[in-house]
This record gives sequence, structure tokens and C-alpha cells, in this order.
Amino acid sequence: MTNTTETINTVAPKVEAEVLSGPTPRQILLTKVLGHKGLMFGAIVLLTIFLMALFAPLLAPYDPYHQDLMHRMIPPVWDAKGSWENILGTDHLGRDYLSRLLYGARISLAIGAIAALISGIIGTSMGVAAGYFGGRVDACVTFLINVRLAMPVVLVALAVVALFGGSLQVVITVLGLLLWDRFAVVMRSATLQLRSMEYVTAAKAIGCSTKRILFSEIMPNIANSLIVIVTLEMAHAILLEAALSFLGLGVQPPTPSWGLMVSEGKQMLLFQPWMIAIPGVALFILVLAINLLGDGLRDVSAPENRN
Amino acid sequence: MLVYTLKRLGLALLVTLAVSMLSFALLYLSGDPAAAIAGETANAEDIEAVRIYYGFDRPWVVQYGEWMFNAIRGDFGTSYYFKLPVSQLVAERLSVTMLLGVCGISFALLTAVPLGVAAAVRPNSIIDRIALFLSVMGQAMPSFWFGLVLIVLFSIKLRILPPSGSDNWQNFVMPTIVLGYYAMPAIMRLTRAGMLDVLGADYVRTARAKGAGEFRVMFKHALRNAIIPVVSLAAVQMGFMLGGSIVVESIFALHGAGYLAWESIGRNDLPTVQALILVFSMFYIVFTFLSDLLNAWLDPRMRVG
Repeated sequence: MTNTTETINTVAPKVEAEVLSGPTPRQILLTKVLGHKGLMFGAIVLLTIFLMALFAPLLAPYDPYHQDLMHRMIPPVWDAKGSWENILGTDHLGRDYLSRLLYGARISLAIGAIAALISGIIGTSMGVAAGYFGGRVDACVTFLINVRLAMPVVLVALAVVALFGGSLQVVITVLGLLLWDRFAVVMRSATLQLRSMEYVTAAKAIGCSTKRILFSEIMPNIANSLIVIVTLEMAHAILLEAALSFLGLGVQPPTPSWGLMVSEGKQMLLFQPWMIAIPGVALFILVLAINLLGDGLRDVSAPENRN
Repeated sequence: MLVYTLKRLGLALLVTLAVSMLSFALLYLSGDPAAAIAGETANAEDIEAVRIYYGFDRPWVVQYGEWMFNAIRGDFGTSYYFKLPVSQLVAERLSVTMLLGVCGISFALLTAVPLGVAAAVRPNSIIDRIALFLSVMGQAMPSFWFGLVLIVLFSIKLRILPPSGSDNWQNFVMPTIVLGYYAMPAIMRLTRAGMLDVLGADYVRTARAKGAGEFRVMFKHALRNAIIPVVSLAAVQMGFMLGGSIVVESIFALHGAGYLAWESIGRNDLPTVQALILVFSMFYIVFTFLSDLLNAWLDPRMRVG
């Protein structure tokens, strides 16, 4: 920061007003973001996993679906019996574990992102409508939130997946339709606070349409908390997908889902504990990174909302 | 208070009604239940006979009304798989799940509250860091995976706890830890935040000023006030935990209602699944209702909302 000020000083020493005004809000935000360890850690790890998922076809040493029954359950390289041929070993069908792990990242990220997108659209529109219009709309939305919260998510998701079959699309849709509650709750209270703000009243007074007020006055001001909820729900969806796949009613074999890999490794629990350790640690790191990113964003954007 | 209670009760009943409709709708989404009961070898006539026997030929409103009317009296129909009354099956299994839920929430409270208090008393100390670390871990760790890690550790390596079953108290140790750890982070964060708030309050300063001992200040003055939101959160978490016990019960083969739900979904045993969805929802509704009342009783400002 001091460096920038000095360069400005040397280049144009006459512009004193700019120097006095100090760093811009954007610069302050950037300093905060770069100085927040958790946020940076989360962002870097998440970006790495995203790139690994994106370039999985280039990075994966083998085809994740290719079975080789002659080379089953080879332990990873750090084990005495492991080799560099299969760095993370092979599973019970001889498929390369590293390749499956890389492709599995695609499943987890896709499910997290799309489910959060669907539930975000549903929950945000419900929450904003409830907060802005109040009255009957609010009563209706609050009731729907209560109904949704009362339904046991895992049980309902399992039942629906059992009925419609465990494809990726079904799992994403079910999670998207089930996880909108937090969006609705937070967006509702955020909008309630904004509704009585002076700039909203001003916009009403000069005759702005409701649509314009919602999109240009309300939405930009709730965007910060929205991003935080998106990260939380992404993590939630990823964990739920893994749990559903683990219970056998999520993504179906032979798709390389991390939850499914843990479930397949469960049968070898006694002799090959690394088979559950590797996908489990992968899941843990991914969710941890997303949570740290979300917590960090909340700290940076609204320090008063901490805890 | 009476008006508030009645309002809340009315809302709870409406929510129950809506959930019951949704869980009943599952039967309709699932295709032809008569064909499922009759089995794969049945011909069209058999299926028709089954349909009439079970009353699937009537309009859905009538069927829903009958199901709901019976459900209120505790009759959820007959399980397709066991050929036993669903209510009997559920009641048998529910005691295990409830025991697990009580153990789990006790474990969560007993670890989260002391940790949260200790973290708030000395912010940024080692204890605060450990508490934060534990809660971040708990939020990111998939509970099914944590369960398997415990099995590897305590059942396979150390051989001190049984990996599955539900006969002894030893069977409940690991499920309690897994389920409790799932609820712990939220409770701990709330305790810590509440204590930090309260410790800065005027009445705590007054208590210190009049010479009350540190122990007395902490527990008589501060914690009593900070614990109010924690109690209501714990009630809500308890509702979530019972619904989430399905994962834990299936890992440890603990024969509770969650395990029954998982098995019944696999067996296409819809009456049992419907009943269980309704029962788990009821738990959540009852717990939130109680926590709302408790809050309103402790804090009169809540009664307006």
C-alpha cells in the first residue's frame, strides 16, 4: 500500500487530494482478502481441485472405467507393496484409484455447483419475495420453509432416488429441490432489513417499477450474503451426495463418485483401510476448502455477522 | 403466552398436515403400487384383485383421507415386506433411535458447551484454537466416513468396541460419537458467541464489581444467559439428528428406525417409508415447537413475533 502511495507521489506530486483520500474500497477489500489466511487457503485448494477436475482427462494416468482383474487392490505407493505404476493403487476391480479420484472430483463439483444453483434460485426468489412484499406472501413462504425443514432430508432424498433411479441428474435435481431452505431464510431476513432503507423508499418515490427495485436496489445489496450461502450449500450438497452414494442410493456404479468409492472400499475395510481413507480425505479436503472460503468471505464482506 | 402457544400449535399442525400430504404423494410418484405388491409373476387379473383389495382403485383424496385418519389413530397400514402392522415395526425400532438421539445430543452438549465457554473466556488462546479446529473438522468430515474411521480404529486395530449390532451399550459408543460430533460445531460456535456477548454485558461487570468469585460470575451470571439460544438450537439439532441417524445406523448396523427406513426403501416397502418420514418430521416439529415455547417463556420479547 505504501509503495503505491509513493509512486503516485513521485509521478504526480501535485495531486494531493488523491493521496489524502487513501485506498479505494476495492483496494481495502483486496488487502482484506489477501490477508485472510483461511480464505486464501480455501480459495487456492478449491481452485486446485477445480483445475484437477477440469483437466482430469489429461492428468489421469489411466481410464477410470478400465478394469484389470489381474491387478486388483494394489496398495498405494507409500505402502511396501505399492508401486509407481498406480500411485494411489487400484480398487477391487483393478481400476486405477488416482484416475477415479480425479474423475470423482468432477462429480462432486458438478453436483455441488448445480444443486446450489437450483436451490439458490428457488430459495432466493422465495426469500426476497417474502422479505419485500411481506404479509400473505411472507406467511406463505415462512410456512413452506417450515414444511421443508420438517422433512428429513436424507430419508426423503433416499426415497425419491429409489423411485426415480440413481442417475446424476436425479441426484442433482433432488438435492436442488431440497436444499433451498437456508437461502430462503437468510435472503428473507436480509431483504426485510433493506426494505425500509432510504434508497429503497427513494426508488419507490421516483416511481421505479417493483422489478427495478428488486433487481437494482435489493439484489446488489444481498449479493454478499448470497455468495456465503452458496458456498455453504455447495459443501452441504457435496456431503449429501457422498452420503447418498455411500448408502447405495445416489450416483450408481461404475461412476467414480467419492461417496461410492468409500462404499466400495467398505467391503475391504479389514485388509485395505487405505481404500476408504483416500476418497474420504479427498471429500474432507474439498468440503473444508469450500467452508473456509465461505467463512472467509463472510468475515471479509460483513465482519459483524461473524458466528 | 396463551395466544402465542395456540398460534404455534396451529402452525405445527398445519406443517404436519403438509408433510403428511407430501409423504403420501410419494406413493403416487412411485408408479403402480398394486403391481409392486402382486410381484413380477402376477397377471393383469391378479394386479386388479390386489388393487381392489388394498383400495388403490379409489380416488386419491379418499385414500389420503383414510390413511391420515388411520395415522392419527396410530395405524399406518401393513408393511408390504414383513406383513406386520407398520406402527408395531416402527415402535419397536424407534426406542433404539431415540436412545441414540439422546446419547448423541448429550455428547454434543457435554463437549460443545464447556469448550465454547472455555474458548470465550480466553479468546485466541490455545483452547480457543482447539475448539475452532474441532468445529471446522466436524463441519467438513462426512459422518459416514468418520464412522468407518472409528470402526477401523476401535474395532479392527484396538479391538475394544464391536463394529455393528445393537445389543449392548458398547454398540452405542461409536454411533453416539459420530452423531454427536455432527451436532457439536453449531452448538459450540453459538455457546462461544453467546458467552462473548454476555461477558461484555453490564450485569457481568456489576457481578464482578460486587466481588463475586470468577466461578460464580461464569456460571450463575454469564452462562445462564448465554445458554438460552443454545438450548433451543439443541432442540432443533435433536430433530435433525433423529432424521440424520439413518446414515449412522446403517454404518453400525444399529437396528433403529433409521436402519428400518434404509432397509424399507431398498425393499420398496412404501407404507413403512411413509410412516417413517411422517414420524421423523413429527419429531422435528415437536422439538421446534417446544423450543419456541421455551424461548417465549424465557424471553417475553419473542412472544410478539
